[in-house]
Amino acid sequence: MRQKPALVLLTTLLLTLAAGIAAGNWKTLRNDQLHDPSNPSLRVLQDPEEALALLPPDTAGNMVNWVTALQRGIISPRSSLREDREHEILDDDVLMLDTMPLPYVRFPHRPHSEWMGCETCHEKLFVSVAGANAINMGKILDGQYCGVCHGAVAFPLTECNRCHNTDSSTVSGARPGGTLP
Amino acid sequence: MSPSARGRRIGILCAGLLPVAFAWGEYADVILNSRSEAEGVAPVIFPHWFHRIRFRCSVCHVELGIEMRVGSNSMRMDSITNGEYCGACHDGQTAWSVDNCDLCHSGRPGLATGIQGGHQTGGPGKY
Repeated sequence: MRQKPALVLLTTLLLTLAAGIAAGNWKTLRNDQLHDPSNPSLRVLQDPEEALALLPPDTAGNMVNWVTALQRGIISPRSSLREDREHEILDDDVLMLDTMPLPYVRFPHRPHSEWMGCETCHEKLFVSVAGANAINMGKILDGQYCGVCHGAVAFPLTECNRCHNTDSSTVSGARPGGTLP
Repeated sequence: MSPSARGRRIGILCAGLLPVAFAWGEYADVILNSRSEAEGVAPVIFPHWFHRIRFRCSVCHVELGIEMRVGSNSMRMDSITNGEYCGACHDGQTAWSVDNCDLCHSGRPGLATGIQGGHQTGGPGKY
């Protein structure tokens, strides 16, 4: 009988977690444990739910599919403070084959460049040479490479199969870091 | 496995889930408190999710030169007032001006500089 309280606690936690995943579960600024509820300016600031509930849903992070939101034109964030600046988009996929027992990574340039252009990543975070970036999960979990954004502002690193998305049997003759159309 | 050993294991599992079930703030809320409280104002809560609805990444992280690592930008109010960093937009025309202190300096006392997790994650390095 000694484990009964622990089981009740576990069940409660799992239900809380499930509820959090199932719905947006955005907290109000007044109850988010970050903002000072005595600050009179909170009534001016926007609660996350007011903005995020209108966007295409997802199951992690902000619970918003930011790529779809941009591609469908539901939001149209500015890409420059200058009028004359072109926003470059690259439409190919980069294959990462050194993934040990996990499926290969097929990295789509298009949604990334739609959001970020080129210079946000290149050449500071990633060198634009096939196979020249020593990426591994340890570094990503530590907030480097993909982990600069994923796990911080883009979908979190709990979503393994969104990146490890390509069965090795479906790709032949690819070289590490090579691109696919 | 003895009942007590099983109870211990379940306890450890529960402890592992705690940061996930009770994560605070909204995913990608950024807390800036390297200087704020030491200089007598509340910590800044920067809602990254709010700003990305209006601006793509390169506006702030290329054009304004804001590094993508919390705590690595030497932001001071005098540089912001002079139009750098947040001050590029928070000038009273594009967005509210910097004399609305507590719209940005809105955090509870004692918060540590960092980026918040939220659904399914505690933020960078917290899994």
